[in-house]
Amino acid sequence: MSKFKKKSAKTNQAIPTSAMPDIVFMLLIFFMVTTVLREVELQVQVQYSRAENIEKIEQKRLVSYVYIGPEKLANSRVGDTRVQIDDALIDDIGAIRNIMYDKLLEEPRLIVSLRVDQESEFGIVTDVQQELRHAGTLRINYSTLFETL
Amino acid sequence: MLKKKRNRETPEINGSSLADIAFLLLIFFLVVTTIDVDTGIGLVLPPIPDDIEPPPIRERNILNILVDAQGRVLMDGELTAVVQVKDKIVRFVNNNGADPELSDSPDDAIVSIKTDRRTPYNIYIDMLDEVMGAYAELRNNESMARFGVSFDALNEESEQYEEIKNAFPKRISIAEPD
Repeated sequence: MSKFKKKSAKTNQAIPTSAMPDIVFMLLIFFMVTTVLREVELQVQVQYSRAENIEKIEQKRLVSYVYIGPEKLANSRVGDTRVQIDDALIDDIGAIRNIMYDKLLEEPRLIVSLRVDQESEFGIVTDVQQELRHAGTLRINYSTLFETL
Repeated sequence: MLKKKRNRETPEINGSSLADIAFLLLIFFLVVTTIDVDTGIGLVLPPIPDDIEPPPIRERNILNILVDAQGRVLMDGELTAVVQVKDKIVRFVNNNGADPELSDSPDDAIVSIKTDRRTPYNIYIDMLDEVMGAYAELRNNESMARFGVSFDALNEESEQYEEIKNAFPKRISIAEPD
């Protein structure tokens, strides 16, 4: 018995923590790299429509967003339906083809995600789609949420 | 005297708080990070037509879907409820020449979608959702019949996935606006 006791008394109880900062830093660097801090400030109101048969876009870097919805005004009122790309509202629909063509040159596998308010009429979406066709950005995606039954 | 003092200083920086600082930053980035994936219905727009004439397509191989300004869905001119769109497309695509009104084969079947300028967007999405659902069902059934696993379970780079995908290609065309 005494033999066992002696052995257990000898073991070091403390867990070595000297590698902990390294592990923490590794995690830290991972999250720093994956974080996208800059989010676009929405100037139009978008309520997503829902659908069941949706797919995921894993490669976020390929995606460029086009927001279509009623413009946000003061006192939480909304105005006419407008198109927003990045941080700017688009006044001239015809300008979209140049914006998108430039984006396509930077990223040839570009996917344009259309984030359209569910109350919108389809005419403006058609206009944007025609512009996208002129720009050559043919891969699009209608952003929807998953419909829970 | 000055020399003596300098010798007493410890040449090492105390690094025990390094882990705390790193943890603090880690928690900040953990909170800030959003690993949300964008979900939606993917589609490929047709390129702007050149002077080249599109190849002739037999009338039976085209299913025209029109969503009008009131949000009504018309399939080949026939008023259809949105919930019936899926079944109709499944029958149309998977006809394999049986019904002379419907498609020759899944490979030839084209679903053409036309909208009005005043079509409500959410009805369009509901309709498109049904179309996608029809193809998902067809692919799933085919995958179950051929390999005994659901289509979702197949690896996207595997040969089986390609085989099923090619057996039921999504030929969805957006009609030219007026």
